[in-house]
Amino acid sequence: MHWIILPVILPALLAPIIAFAMRHDITLARVASVAGTSLLLVIALGLASLAADGTTHVYRLGDWPAPFGIVLVLDRLSALMVVLTSALALIVLIHAITTGWDARGRHFHALFQFQLMGVCGAFLTGDIFNLFVFFEVLLIASYGLMIHSGGKERMQAGLQYVVMNLAGSTLFLFALGTLYASTGTLNIADLAVRIPEIPIEEAALVRVAVILLMIVFALKAALFPVQFWLPATYAQAPAPVAALFAIMTKVGAYAILRVHTTVFGPGSAGTEDLAGTWLFPAAIVTIAIGALGVLGARRLMPLIAFSVVGSMGTLFISVAMFTPLGMSAALYYMVHSTFAAACLFLIADLVVSRRSGDRLSPEAPTVQNGLFAALFFAAAIAMAGMPPLSGFLGKLLILDAIRAPDTIVWGWSAVLIGSLLTIVGFGRAGSILFWKSTSITPEAETAQAPPPAPATVGQVAPVMLTLAVLAGLAVFAGPVSAYLGETASQLFDRQGYVDAVLNPSEGG
Amino acid sequence: MELIVASSIGILTTGGVYLLLRLRTFPVILGLALLSYAVNVFLFASGRLAIDQSPILSKYGDASYTDPLPQALVLTAIVISFGMTAVLVMLGLGAYLEADSDRIDLDPDHSDTDDENERAA
Repeated sequence: MHWIILPVILPALLAPIIAFAMRHDITLARVASVAGTSLLLVIALGLASLAADGTTHVYRLGDWPAPFGIVLVLDRLSALMVVLTSALALIVLIHAITTGWDARGRHFHALFQFQLMGVCGAFLTGDIFNLFVFFEVLLIASYGLMIHSGGKERMQAGLQYVVMNLAGSTLFLFALGTLYASTGTLNIADLAVRIPEIPIEEAALVRVAVILLMIVFALKAALFPVQFWLPATYAQAPAPVAALFAIMTKVGAYAILRVHTTVFGPGSAGTEDLAGTWLFPAAIVTIAIGALGVLGARRLMPLIAFSVVGSMGTLFISVAMFTPLGMSAALYYMVHSTFAAACLFLIADLVVSRRSGDRLSPEAPTVQNGLFAALFFAAAIAMAGMPPLSGFLGKLLILDAIRAPDTIVWGWSAVLIGSLLTIVGFGRAGSILFWKSTSITPEAETAQAPPPAPATVGQVAPVMLTLAVLAGLAVFAGPVSAYLGETASQLFDRQGYVDAVLNPSEGG
Repeated sequence: MELIVASSIGILTTGGVYLLLRLRTFPVILGLALLSYAVNVFLFASGRLAIDQSPILSKYGDASYTDPLPQALVLTAIVISFGMTAVLVMLGLGAYLEADSDRIDLDPDHSDTDDENERAA
């Protein structure tokens, strides 16, 4: 069963080879990177089919039995996240290559592979300290990607992003120290055994660790009050990198799903009430910030970044229920919002690179105005949650999941009003960018300048692909949400997880 | 012993947070370094404080030993924070050379134009 570690090993081996052997040959690096990422997608699909029957597979590194050694755990949720990562990565990579972003700085492909290694590792690990290490791997790669191709604003935004995340890492370590001091273990399955044994009157230290961990994961997931870094970072990052970062916020969401459900979730007397109590109001404020940001943004990239913030709020409002129904709705919305955000960033890159900047002001149309307008319209529909794409179904599932009497008023108002404001914001942006500009006649001097090159098939294909995925999610919503329902119920099956990891004879 | 360790962690954290809020590159880097020292000592303490004990089980019957796991964690944390600090220094230098300013905060309304430069000129 060595397949489980391949999503970590493959990019980890490929990245240094690209960095050292292929650094002078961009064509070779591109071929290797695309081949590696395609192989990763194949492996991820293989792992997903392995996990689809509902067994939890465990890979013991060095064959040390848990909880003494580090384990990788593959269940439906991890497999889903790895598939999501590799599919998104392949699409983004094609965009980066066809638009030439990867050649504007050095080592794009090596950093890209290291990033994939960190993300896949974070999704697969069954040890919470190992999760920290993979967080650092994906972060240090993301620092490099964030400042790819340089520039004043990008360097400053990158510096801010790095400082924010380093402070977060310190907090993560404090949380892990507290957790280890009070339980004596850092293995997720072992923690899931020990935390429920702690009575509520002795749980003060663990409760501190729970909240600290939640702040750290919320920082990654851009949840209020630690969402401030996201708009500046995503707006300044190179567009393909911003599209790849759509999965980074989901790493934080995944960590909350995993740790605050399996370990601290329902069944742990001392800690089960904590996460939901704090997540719900935080998610509502996050939706508000995202929606107002979309409405108020004066540039295109920050507008999309704020819509990502809003989608994370919507996601967490469902997670905060900590019910299987809420989780399966959140998972559906997570898959959807990852591709929707990526799609928006990719189409925005095509648009902005043919204008004088990403300022929301009318400019004379250049080339393929109609095509870009149609693509932006479709992507905005997906992000705002309008039919017929999957955003509508995702929000419907979430509304259905938060029907409890004490959450329905706040939850429904936040999601519905947030969606309305997002629609207005995107409508405004789209009409300024594409509609108003048709009434402007090009000025004399700009008319003489050569028009920007029209987008090639290869440049439009990634956007089309993400839109196809979103449409597919909507068409096959039945089977997909049935599968995600099983995923969510497996997530709540604490005993099954513990048995698989700690008693290998039963779980294999 | 407990008092010394606890207060040193507290002082390091206080200094680190204070420097982190200075919003200039160099103090922020120092602040993050102080914070990582604090967290390293804290991780040590999470395995209970013990003096003169080896982190391995003795086969000569002496059952007292200090927990080796936090030491391994601290080692990992030191390596990672060292690497991160190096990255941060390079990045801070790069941002300073690009922007001629070592401020960390951004004003998104001005960052896309040359308003600041015009005002300064």
